[in-house]
Amino acid sequence: MKPAPVAKLDTAKAAKPRLTTSAMIASIAGEGQRTKPAPFGHALVNCARADASIVGMTADLGKYTDLHIFQQAFPDRYYQMGMAEQLLFGAASGFAAEGFTPFATTYAVFASRRAYDFIHQTIAEEDRNVKIVCALPGLTSGYGPSHQAAEDLALMRAMPNMTIIDPCDAHEIEQVVPAIVAHKGPVYMRLLRGHVPMVLDEYGYTFELGKAKMLRNGYEVLFISSGIMTMRALEAAKALEADRVDVGVLHVPTIKPLDAATILEACSRPGRLVVVAENHTVIGGLGEAVAGLLMRAGVHPAFRTIGLPDEFLAAGALPTLHDRYGISTDALCTQVKGWLT
Amino acid sequence: MSTAPFGNNISLERRAWNIRRNAIRMGEVQGQGYIAQALDIADVLATAYFHAMRYEPHNPEWEGRDRFLLSNGHYAIALYAALIEAGIVPEEELETYGFDESRLPMSGMASYTPGMEMSGGSLGLGLSIAVGKCLGLKRKGSDSRVYTLFSDGELDEGSVWEAIMSAAHHRLDNLIAIVDVNNQQADGPSTGVLGFEPLKEKLEAFGWFVQRVDGNDLSAVRAAFDAAKSANGGRPSMIIADTLMGKGIPFLEAREKNHFIRVDGHEWQLALAALDERKPA
Repeated sequence: MKPAPVAKLDTAKAAKPRLTTSAMIASIAGEGQRTKPAPFGHALVNCARADASIVGMTADLGKYTDLHIFQQAFPDRYYQMGMAEQLLFGAASGFAAEGFTPFATTYAVFASRRAYDFIHQTIAEEDRNVKIVCALPGLTSGYGPSHQAAEDLALMRAMPNMTIIDPCDAHEIEQVVPAIVAHKGPVYMRLLRGHVPMVLDEYGYTFELGKAKMLRNGYEVLFISSGIMTMRALEAAKALEADRVDVGVLHVPTIKPLDAATILEACSRPGRLVVVAENHTVIGGLGEAVAGLLMRAGVHPAFRTIGLPDEFLAAGALPTLHDRYGISTDALCTQVKGWLT
Repeated sequence: MSTAPFGNNISLERRAWNIRRNAIRMGEVQGQGYIAQALDIADVLATAYFHAMRYEPHNPEWEGRDRFLLSNGHYAIALYAALIEAGIVPEEELETYGFDESRLPMSGMASYTPGMEMSGGSLGLGLSIAVGKCLGLKRKGSDSRVYTLFSDGELDEGSVWEAIMSAAHHRLDNLIAIVDVNNQQADGPSTGVLGFEPLKEKLEAFGWFVQRVDGNDLSAVRAAFDAAKSANGGRPSMIIADTLMGKGIPFLEAREKNHFIRVDGHEWQLALAALDERKPA
């Protein structure tokens, strides 16, 4: 079969093999990157050893949300609810009403889209202590829109009572899990599963619920980011340093409630371009949350957002898609350089 | 514990009559309400609260209580009437029904009312919550049961069937669900909106212990609750209660059936008068 023509690629890229859509779940770890296996599953097991109220529930995605680690450690505290997400979250609400701390897992699309009313009414409105932990957040699957949760944060942000966490890496996930156990109330956590990159340990980072943290200072550009985009922003900052562009990175893992004070202070520094980078549609995510905050506070830095376009995303290999939609490290560098000239 | 309400000599007939009367008084306060449903389900609620369930009226969150989930939140007027009769909600609050700042909103919500265990309104939620509560109670080693009332219209919701499968799969014999088959939903007769018959056979095929009774025949309803509470081989229990909308008020029973039945201003007093003529001992 004749290979498809490779257009408009530089020679380095043209030499790479053609990429294909991986399985539904693609690794987001770069080649040679340090990783940890199933950090969520192991962290949950650690918490559950000390806290008998924790139960694990899933809708036929235990293996694919790293909940199988919990299942192996506590088989009698693991509840397979079947491929029935509405039931999953309704039952999680009932479990929580009886004093338990259910961790309910599925893919982000199924929680945020299919089961929205169940989460809204039985968990958020009733203020139940349910931890919703969802794999494949944003664009972390090349499988197509059925599995790409480009709008999960927008949907969850609109729900009163919901705390929303978008962790960056394995180091952070390990700290988020005990923190959300300690926090009483509904939580939506974006999950990275499988072999998850280790990044933030190099920055002496500790997670605090509701806190944004400056990982790196820079006077020309400030990235504000969450989730995997913080990893990308840090890589971009290093790359841009080589081009003598000084870039800071403010990591905002708690999407709601937003750390307004830290963000406003960081954005008040004069002459610094603020770029919010998010693995999410540009509608209703961190970019618009920060923009709204700045407008309401009368803080007006030069401001740009990097996020997924308002369209149904393509199927394909994740690196291809991240380049195409502007959220790869290279794409971040290119966009920032364009805005600075 | 409390079976306090059962300790006296008030008959179930009188309990059901009192529930109907409380509901009509609330309807009169607001000039509207799902009164036809309240009247049809009064016998089931009387049996649940004054024969079947275990609770402490002055301690509605008592850990040893049986849980009652109102999935069809628009039946709140009926449940409030029962909660008042049970002494869980003070009778004087009846006058606040549906008003701003009341603990008795038009649609039942968990955070508003003592004894209201879930937020309804969006139909089809209750059985899923019940599954989680039953699993949780079993995990705690509790012998409390979960009673869940839902409406025949809710059988249209796919999530109800998810929960029906799940309850059987997890062998939730601490679950007693009651479906009110009054054959009326928003757009017309339930069987015409989306057919669900033969309901008993379907639910049995799903692995439930199923009884179908005249939901306005107190002795039949009482027997059904008794059977549901006795050993049923690890199966969840479903009571299909065929009911008559407007039951107990002849001119409302005869009114053209409608999901939200119209009662004119002067008719509330007529309804009370009609009920008072039929006051049981």
